[in-house]
Amino acid sequence: MSSTEDVIMAIPRELTQNPLRKIWMPCKNGLPEKHISQKRVCMTNCPTLIVTVGLPARGKTYISKKLTRYLNWIGVPTKEFNVGQYRRECVKIYKSFEFFRPDNEEGLKIRKQCALAALNDVRQYLSVEGGQVAVFDATNTTRERRATIVRFAEQNGYKVFFVESVCEDPNVIAENIVQVKLGSPDYTDCNTEEAIQDFMKRIKCYENSYQPLDENLDRELSYIKIMNVGQRYLVNRVLDHIQSRIVYYLMNIHITPRSIYLCRHGESDFNVRGCIGGDTGLSPRGKEFAQCLGRFIQDQNIKDLKVWTSQMKRTIQTAEALGVPYEQWKALNEIDAGVCEEMMYEEIQEHYPLEFALRDQDKYRYRYPKGESYEDLVQRLEPVIMELERQENVLVICHQAVMRCLLAYFLDKSAEELPYLKCPLHTVLKLTPVAYGCKVESIYLNVEAVNTHRDKPENVDISRLPEEALLTVPAHY
Amino acid sequence: MERREKAVMRKRTRYESTASVPQFTNSPTMIVMIGLPARGKTYISKKLTRYLNWIGVPTRVFNVGQYRRDAVRTYKSFEFFRPDNEEAMKIRKACALAALKDVFCYFTQDHGQVAVFDATNTTRERREVILTFAKENGYKVFFVESLCDDPEIIAENIKQVKLSSPDYVNCDKEEAVTDFLKRIDCYKLTYVPLDDDKDRSLSYIKIFNVGSRYLVNQVQDHIQSRIVYYLMNIHVTPRTIYLCRHGESELNLLGRIGGDSGLSPRGTKFAAALGTYIRGQCIPDLKIWTSHMRRTIQTAEAIGVPYEQWKALNEIDAGVCEEMTYEEIQNHFTEEFALRDQDKYRYRYPKGESYEDLVQRLEPVIMELERQENVLVICHQAVMRCLLAYFLDKTSDELPYLKCPLHTVMKLTPVAYGCEVESIFLNIEAVNTHRDRPVNVDVDRDPEDALLTVPEHN
Repeated sequence: MSSTEDVIMAIPRELTQNPLRKIWMPCKNGLPEKHISQKRVCMTNCPTLIVTVGLPARGKTYISKKLTRYLNWIGVPTKEFNVGQYRRECVKIYKSFEFFRPDNEEGLKIRKQCALAALNDVRQYLSVEGGQVAVFDATNTTRERRATIVRFAEQNGYKVFFVESVCEDPNVIAENIVQVKLGSPDYTDCNTEEAIQDFMKRIKCYENSYQPLDENLDRELSYIKIMNVGQRYLVNRVLDHIQSRIVYYLMNIHITPRSIYLCRHGESDFNVRGCIGGDTGLSPRGKEFAQCLGRFIQDQNIKDLKVWTSQMKRTIQTAEALGVPYEQWKALNEIDAGVCEEMMYEEIQEHYPLEFALRDQDKYRYRYPKGESYEDLVQRLEPVIMELERQENVLVICHQAVMRCLLAYFLDKSAEELPYLKCPLHTVLKLTPVAYGCKVESIYLNVEAVNTHRDKPENVDISRLPEEALLTVPAHY
Repeated sequence: MERREKAVMRKRTRYESTASVPQFTNSPTMIVMIGLPARGKTYISKKLTRYLNWIGVPTRVFNVGQYRRDAVRTYKSFEFFRPDNEEAMKIRKACALAALKDVFCYFTQDHGQVAVFDATNTTRERREVILTFAKENGYKVFFVESLCDDPEIIAENIKQVKLSSPDYVNCDKEEAVTDFLKRIDCYKLTYVPLDDDKDRSLSYIKIFNVGSRYLVNQVQDHIQSRIVYYLMNIHVTPRTIYLCRHGESELNLLGRIGGDSGLSPRGTKFAAALGTYIRGQCIPDLKIWTSHMRRTIQTAEAIGVPYEQWKALNEIDAGVCEEMTYEEIQNHFTEEFALRDQDKYRYRYPKGESYEDLVQRLEPVIMELERQENVLVICHQAVMRCLLAYFLDKTSDELPYLKCPLHTVMKLTPVAYGCEVESIFLNIEAVNTHRDRPVNVDVDRDPEDALLTVPEHN
């Protein structure tokens, strides 16, 4: 450590706690001060450019979108850049595979322009808009194209990580085409047969010039090669934490069809009284719901269903009624409301009006005193999401805030939307992955329950009147 | 039934298991190492075993070389390993089978979940024997192959762990190195690495050149996925990890647990002393981590370099007992206090956490510590016990009683198969916060018996 550090360091700085996030920070004259670290360039905070590689219909866009969704959910600002999208905007109408012929000079010029336009937007996102990761989704099948990207990244100080998808299984490719190509804007006016034929010829155009990442020639690059939808992986030169997390994630996802069922515990005694948190049992209606849930699950006839609960009585009681084995996760416990545990909203407004207002100002980042924030919850739930990705059919019986976090992951909701997602009691959400996203079906099991959803009130000022604060509190007994 | 048993039973029947995560292991798993000598197989075996045990998966290493040393009392020379040495081949095969037998006992009688079979396993024939054994018994198999042709790495390996092996106790360095290199040559003749094509239905990870490249094939389940993730994050670059607690806090002085108080005057002195100590160590690229609690951050501030805050490093949540003295806990929560003494690792404070929960919470911290190089972690008593237990391979029984006094830095340096630990007291007095397990842990014990081991406070 250099001696200049000694001079800067005289008296330890005072600390102040951010009233909303409950995070301690150094301050001067009562105001938070910028940390010394902000003066130095930190290598681990280099933006990262993830570059997909692979023939058409190898799942590159599927991986790009899924990875982007995951990274954003865990708090890493990420955006995908699909070069095919740029091409569609440039060449308004797609005629046929001929556009992609390697001897189509006009086509090649346009495609190169599109790639450069996309890279330009990447630069905008990473260097100007504060993005952390950009996913460059294109075939990138030639060494030459990849070299261009690496040069671009070096010039701008980005790390590059390649994700190559290699697949020769004709069934997988055919299924891909059915799921996402037939519905593509390129083929809106074609019938299925024509579309498939054209697309297969399109793939052929790339095949001749395809240079996969090579163990020797590309040994200095950082990459993961995914073979046959995850049967085998080759991982080379993982440089840092984010690349390590990306590799772990990619190695845990699969495309086997399955369904994820999310629901809350049955109505609890506290729910009925309008109290948050705590560890009470089910109300009579909650017990009825548990029975209905059992019947519903049986009727669905789900193969090898796994059932997960939290470690709180109300979710376990609900699972017990199903009569099947279940696993308990402490990580699925409801958000810890700290000093506000077991209070009604009216009581929180009375005893902690400042806290109540701060929460309405930024519900995602707000941390209860001696409790948690939604942001903390997401971190807590990450291993659950990772295991959900590994599993097949799962029913997760959890809690309102927890279910909002899980739902936000599957439906790609932002941090702003997440804390206000509607997750009513006695309602099962059935999520089925389809194409690039998730189909969601909401099934109300016809057992009455209180509403526990409190909308953001209009007035979030700390100086607001109690009536304004309590305007959106749902009715309770 | 005795009152204590009833009390324990009552707490146990609240949940099906005390663990905070489902135990995703059904069939036992055999991890089978593959590789020439001096490729890091034993290093990986021991490290992986330590990690799995720490996260709560009962794991044991079965080192076939150890069985060989027990069978053939004195090691003479590399000639023992010549592929044409029939007598030796017989002994070596018998040792492998004896080890497999012990694996069987470990799984069936000792409730083991993972067995690490540490041997060269360099021939397809030997691997077939293991696969057949596993299949007969319903065990999953996951191979870990280490390939390395960097002569520097191999030389360093030999220096670190072979020269001091029981095999070479009476040799001088030169002789030992020469003999060992000839030993490696014996294996090279018959070495058949896992084949991309022929072995495509096996589950395995191939590690190339100490982690610059990995090939992962057919990961079957959760535990294999975790193992792969762990193996891909560890490295062998020399580095040092410093662990210490925050400086003495105001609540420490009052003998109160938990809370979020600031440093006492002596704590502030410690923070300054820590800064001086750290600067004196001249550590390149040191990363500093704290929790989200005021006392660790105040301590870090005194060092004057950037630090990162981790909520996962927060002290154990004592729930309803937060900010109480032990005397108060004994008074208000007599039964809880006794239950905690009965099983301090698994005991969870009402509305709080257990040490077992803490370990789960700290796993990402450990994973990132493995990725990093020089790090100073400023944390708390229970947290530091958990981290220390990971590095020093302490059991869950020992963990909650590890001594982590205030104002003392633990300097951990990986060496050979383990960790060298140096304890540096920075010479600023502080209260003792360590409460030993009392002799009487019965629920109906006298208050004096319960409070016998409470350290002094104001």
